[in-house]
Amino acid sequence: MAQPARLSVMSSATDTRHHSSKRASIVDRNLNKTKATEVGLSAFAFLFSEMLQYAQKRVHGIQDLERKQIPFFRLNDFGYRVGTRLLELIVWREKNSKRETRVIGILSFINTTVWKTLFGKQADSLEKSTENDDEYMISDNDPLITKFISVPKELSQLNCNAFLAGIVEAILDGAQFPSRVTAHSNPIDGFPLRATILIKLDREILQREEQLR
Amino acid sequence: MIFSLYIINKAGGLIYQKNFSEGLKKLTANEYLVLAGTFHSVHAITSKISPVRNVTSSGLEVLEADTFKLYCYQTLTGTKFLIIADSNHPNIDLVLRRTYDVYSDFVMKNPFYTPEMPIRSELFDMNLAKLIKQVGG
Repeated sequence: MAQPARLSVMSSATDTRHHSSKRASIVDRNLNKTKATEVGLSAFAFLFSEMLQYAQKRVHGIQDLERKQIPFFRLNDFGYRVGTRLLELIVWREKNSKRETRVIGILSFINTTVWKTLFGKQADSLEKSTENDDEYMISDNDPLITKFISVPKELSQLNCNAFLAGIVEAILDGAQFPSRVTAHSNPIDGFPLRATILIKLDREILQREEQLR
Repeated sequence: MIFSLYIINKAGGLIYQKNFSEGLKKLTANEYLVLAGTFHSVHAITSKISPVRNVTSSGLEVLEADTFKLYCYQTLTGTKFLIIADSNHPNIDLVLRRTYDVYSDFVMKNPFYTPEMPIRSELFDMNLAKLIKQVGG
């Protein structure tokens, strides 16, 4: 997933991409090159589907009550592993990269640069919670990761964007902003699939923020 | 006008059925299953009795009646898409293709779907409805 899944409407039935032997394979190409390194959305969708099924299979034997929760946390873990690497890659690729020390800085970095690398577009909104001042929300009107996924009713607590939340959590952790990140579906008019990534910052960050002011 | 869509798995079991217009005669769940199974068998027979030698027949593709036309599209994997429409719809082939597209996107890429089992997918229903509306359900 380090490469963006940018193909939006390609379906497997009409997928006619060619794999010419002339082009270097994706792992042999220069890491700094971002052009034409997009991954087919179908390929990603099938891989993600298998990951989810793998996670689900592994939770057998754990008590029924917990079962619903487990895939959720696992997905988060999967994302975390992607996120740590992704942060490294993006920072390395940026020409004039600097270290973000403020909350707003790192959040807008995620909102724009990270989203662009992953999905080829910015996130649709970045808001501060009105209820708690340690909470921020990043929303995506049409999340690419769950584009083809319908969660059955009996698993309604599960949100597959937990994977994305894991990525965000790893990036925040890696940039020294430890926090808890969760995914929620948050449908609004016209965007029934809209997802919100809720970021709850650690107390120490708020204290640090005070000192930096 | 498109009346209804049936999806039959490769064993002849009905895995999806939906009506798109009002006033169709309602059948019981069992009758739908029998219908699908019967069609599957007839399809198998028709693909065996081709008079042309050494050429495999595609089997039954269109069934015409006074009040409707039934179109069948069989994928390479053996799944059948059946569309029942009135006899003057201009381009059912396209509708069948696009239905297959929607199926491969929202059914086959859904991690909660078990292949060959009945389809219960919100997004599939949604996108199918959108498609049927587009092509004049």
